[in-house]
Amino acid sequence: MIYLDNAATTQKKPPQVLEAVVEALQSIGNSSRGTHGGALRSARSVFNTRANLAKLFNAPGPEQVIFTTNATEALNIAINGLFHQGDHVITTALEHNSVLRPLFRLEDEGIIELSIVPADKRGCVDYEDFSRLIRPNTRAIVCTHASNLTGNALDLMKIGEIVQEKGFLLVVDSSQGAGVLPLDMEAMHISVLCFTGHKGLMGPQGTGGLCVARDVEIRPFKVGGSGVQSYSRTHPEEMPTRLEAGTLNGHGIAGLGAGVEFLLETGISTIHARETELAKRFYEGVKDVPGVTLYGDFSSWNRTAVVTLNIGDYDSGEVSDALWEDYEIATRPGAHCAPLMHQALGTVEQGAVRFSFSWFNTEEEVDTAIKAIKELAQ
Amino acid sequence: MRQKTLKLVVTFHTTTAAMAMESACTAAGLPGRLIPVPREITAGCGMSWKAEPSDRAALEAFVKEKGITVAGWYELML
Repeated sequence: MIYLDNAATTQKKPPQVLEAVVEALQSIGNSSRGTHGGALRSARSVFNTRANLAKLFNAPGPEQVIFTTNATEALNIAINGLFHQGDHVITTALEHNSVLRPLFRLEDEGIIELSIVPADKRGCVDYEDFSRLIRPNTRAIVCTHASNLTGNALDLMKIGEIVQEKGFLLVVDSSQGAGVLPLDMEAMHISVLCFTGHKGLMGPQGTGGLCVARDVEIRPFKVGGSGVQSYSRTHPEEMPTRLEAGTLNGHGIAGLGAGVEFLLETGISTIHARETELAKRFYEGVKDVPGVTLYGDFSSWNRTAVVTLNIGDYDSGEVSDALWEDYEIATRPGAHCAPLMHQALGTVEQGAVRFSFSWFNTEEEVDTAIKAIKELAQ
Repeated sequence: MRQKTLKLVVTFHTTTAAMAMESACTAAGLPGRLIPVPREITAGCGMSWKAEPSDRAALEAFVKEKGITVAGWYELML
């Protein structure tokens, strides 16, 4: 199999991730539940992973790193825990449903007002639109780090300047960018950084979280077992316990920790350069094939290693299925949980076939995919 | 049961702070280890750092330097 669906989940992980999960499955107890060897082994693994994530994202410290099951849960905790009646929030057309649906729900319930920065036919925003949409009651910008459909990144430094100047909160969905694009909470003035563990961070599914700036208060979404202050009627107020309840995914977090260590050792810029090399090779190989339509902005490679296309007016599901059945190439077709982006690109009916590359793909795999597209387009 | 002697016990608000204490002390070669919080301090659960009372001055200076949030300092027969 040639796996080119890394924007959905990275299938190949560094060997140390597998080893860490197996070792954890064989040895750890429950973090924060006692001080015997197994419990401490788990607590140390969780703490080290928090510390390494804080280092990777330049977050304020390990205690500001909260674990969840994925980015969707993190975004729900942030969006539902930050906003109050009458707040105005700005988001973008690039967003995944994990951002849009929690915001739409708050809007439908009459809690927030919502404005959306539009995307053009290439899926790009005009940064002036953020300023144009500001109202007296604007409280936050909630946006993605990079589109899951086109791979184009938003300029978080630029958006960070706006929120800093106006005193807004900035909530970032880094599902597509974490591990492959630079992320610096402090420099980008990010209030809440939501991440998932199983994509660019190279960890197992079922891991994710949010990093919270020190001055940002989020109402807890869940309360319960904490391993501390057991006789208190209320859940502890101190971070990270404030936003975590119940047993953590210790086995998964051990794997995520190993993934983040791999990223810190290898370097984000090295990983981005390699993945870009592969994506560029694919782009160059298919861009002039008759019948192929590419989506997104390729004028710069400040983007993730995603190349999305269609062939003629074929159903994207049919193309993806042919790639799998005839070539054993795994891609993602259809609608990509980003409805406003499909509207902007004009692919609501057809969907689109997404090729997404990882550190572990090879030139040979890319060349096979190019050959397949050429044959299917004939 | 073990013979009781006077010990220094440092408590924390969160497990993360307790782990930060262990990590920093281990790296710096400072004495102590994590134990369940003794009931004389608070009934329930949680982790605390146990060391000798003679280590107190060094540990107090150390947590201040490292910015580790401590809930309390106690000397107990354990």
